[in-house]
Amino acid sequence: MPAETVSVTGWGRTAPTTARLIRPRTYEEAVAAVRGCGARGGIPRGLGRAYGDAAQNAGGAVLDMTGLDRIHAIDAADGTVLCDAGVSLHRLMQVLLPLGWFVPVTPGTRYVTVGGAIGADIHGKNHHVSGSFSRHVLSLELLTADGGVRTVERDTPLFDATTGGMGLTGVILTATIRLHPVETALMQVDTERAADLDDLMARLTTTDHRYRYSVAWIDLLARGAATGRAVLTRGDHAPLEALPKAARARRDPLAFRPSRLPAAPAFLPEGLLTRRTVGLFNALWYRRAPRARAGELQRIPAFFHPLDGVPHWNRVYGRSGFVQYQFVVGYGREETLRRIVHRISERRCPSFLAVLKRFGDADPGWLSFPAPGWTLALDIPAALPGLDAFLDGLDEEVAAAGGRVYLAKDSRMRPDLLAAMYPRLSDFRALRQELDPRGVFMSDLARRLTL
Amino acid sequence: MKDAFGLPQSLLILGGTSEIALATARRLITRRTRAVWLAGRPSPRLEQAAEGLRALGADVRTVAFDALDPESHEAVLGKVFAEGDVDMVLLAFGILGDQARDEREPANAVRVAQTNYTGAVSAGLVSARALQTQGHGSLVVLSSVAGERARRSNFIYGSSKAGLDAFAQGLGDALHGTGVHVMVVRPGFVRSRMTAGLDEAPLATTPEAVAAAVEGGLRRRAETVWVPGALRLVMSAMRHVPRAVFRRLPV
Repeated sequence: MPAETVSVTGWGRTAPTTARLIRPRTYEEAVAAVRGCGARGGIPRGLGRAYGDAAQNAGGAVLDMTGLDRIHAIDAADGTVLCDAGVSLHRLMQVLLPLGWFVPVTPGTRYVTVGGAIGADIHGKNHHVSGSFSRHVLSLELLTADGGVRTVERDTPLFDATTGGMGLTGVILTATIRLHPVETALMQVDTERAADLDDLMARLTTTDHRYRYSVAWIDLLARGAATGRAVLTRGDHAPLEALPKAARARRDPLAFRPSRLPAAPAFLPEGLLTRRTVGLFNALWYRRAPRARAGELQRIPAFFHPLDGVPHWNRVYGRSGFVQYQFVVGYGREETLRRIVHRISERRCPSFLAVLKRFGDADPGWLSFPAPGWTLALDIPAALPGLDAFLDGLDEEVAAAGGRVYLAKDSRMRPDLLAAMYPRLSDFRALRQELDPRGVFMSDLARRLTL
Repeated sequence: MKDAFGLPQSLLILGGTSEIALATARRLITRRTRAVWLAGRPSPRLEQAAEGLRALGADVRTVAFDALDPESHEAVLGKVFAEGDVDMVLLAFGILGDQARDEREPANAVRVAQTNYTGAVSAGLVSARALQTQGHGSLVVLSSVAGERARRSNFIYGSSKAGLDAFAQGLGDALHGTGVHVMVVRPGFVRSRMTAGLDEAPLATTPEAVAAAVEGGLRRRAETVWVPGALRLVMSAMRHVPRAVFRRLPV
């Protein structure tokens, strides 16, 4: 099995560490990799879209699972798929859309693996309706620290520890996933603008239930009366009858046609994203959006994954990389959300990817992130002076409000706040201790936060 | 582990009573550092330094370490690394010596060289290997502008720092791409116990300023840090001053 020592970072490109990268292509090779990963342990890795250090393991092994990417069985009548953990959501869409099925949950990128989606218990724009990814996982096969493979069923402690468990309970080999039926590969989208944060929250609260997918892009550089101004895009899969009679799409309504722009160059100067450039972009983006437009047809990539069109967009943040900050605070804690939005606006963080949405019911994963409430996600260049202390301050507000920070995006949190944010942390630690007493599964995230 | 900003959670200080090192530790404890090892010759001062850092909320342990006994470095430092990851090693031991006396008593001069250079080569290599094994970490080496160009007034100390500086740069190149970051810090005249009673040089600085520069360098993953930053320019000019002129400069 090929293994090379490489420098590894998350999507945010901060805190590189070196590890032996092993790329198993069979289950036997995966078992051998786990058995032989050595004193500093190993961690599975998919397509490296976790922003922080969740899929890196300094001095140990990193198991690149993208070589295990077979789709074993599709039940096109019932809408389920059994596939390897290394299969990407992109590939699933390619294969499943022509059959009239869509992945149950997709994040802002299609380039995540099924294993990563379960390990981070990802959410999408449909969380308020569909919950997180794990809700649609019927069962999975887990390669554990003893080198054995277990079938993990729903409603078991191991299932709840693994969904959202950041790869620390074992290596997911396969999963059976329930799919969502669609008539077309197009989205029917309503767009509207919100003038400020209160307007935005009111619109989301009163009308979100009417949409399967809902998200608000928020301009965090707007200040004063415009603080929290936003563009809402919400919609659902377009039914066949919504397509114009004469349109080309009518002939092939389930065709999936993603397009890609050239990649961002490998070396970009530091400081491209300043308050001025981002402020300008945000203002244009806000004004470009229609005040209100209903029923627009959009392709899946445009609606769900606009950034996937620009490979390596993470490079625009330059050498120091960037930090993604995502937290959730419960309903009834709107004051905390307001205060944090105002603090970010006043702090003038140059963030052009800020997203607000409402979560629905939580799923049982012990370290699963989504909980009923408001979630805000934003990107900030890591080189911004004083950013660490500023985000520590936000963490404290979030924790005090009973909220939490998303581990799949974290790269900087203070370890002592973790237990307050994740009340099942002690259960997770106890299960890990029992299942993996020698600490075979280990990551930089786990070391940093003592998971 | 270090965080996204390159700031360490655990710190090993070689030369645990160094004022610059302790100022750096205090600064890093207000950021992310929770665990500190102070390595040095056992003394009340070392224990006092540990107490001082504990008062800031860090978990501090001391370990007996002697720069002049390189034979022991492997065992002593090996024990520290066996206890857990060290995110940053700060190589901060060093003595100034007494130039006039050391010129008269070569045995004393050798002691300066052995502490500042030989001891650092040994401790630096042992630390570097341990960091490489754990796949991450920063090795911060306290060099000095005195090593940039030897001066009449302290060339024994200066030459030992010149050796250390060259060693640390080479080590940094050797470790490039291994996940281990080597950073050479070149302070000018620092007002401290070491320089008490000496005439202050221009652009004099403080241990706290050096600590701030170390933190800044970690954030940028810098390879070289001058304190104050203006010294980079001053010294690049100084390097090219002809010796006949340099000799007569009042530095």
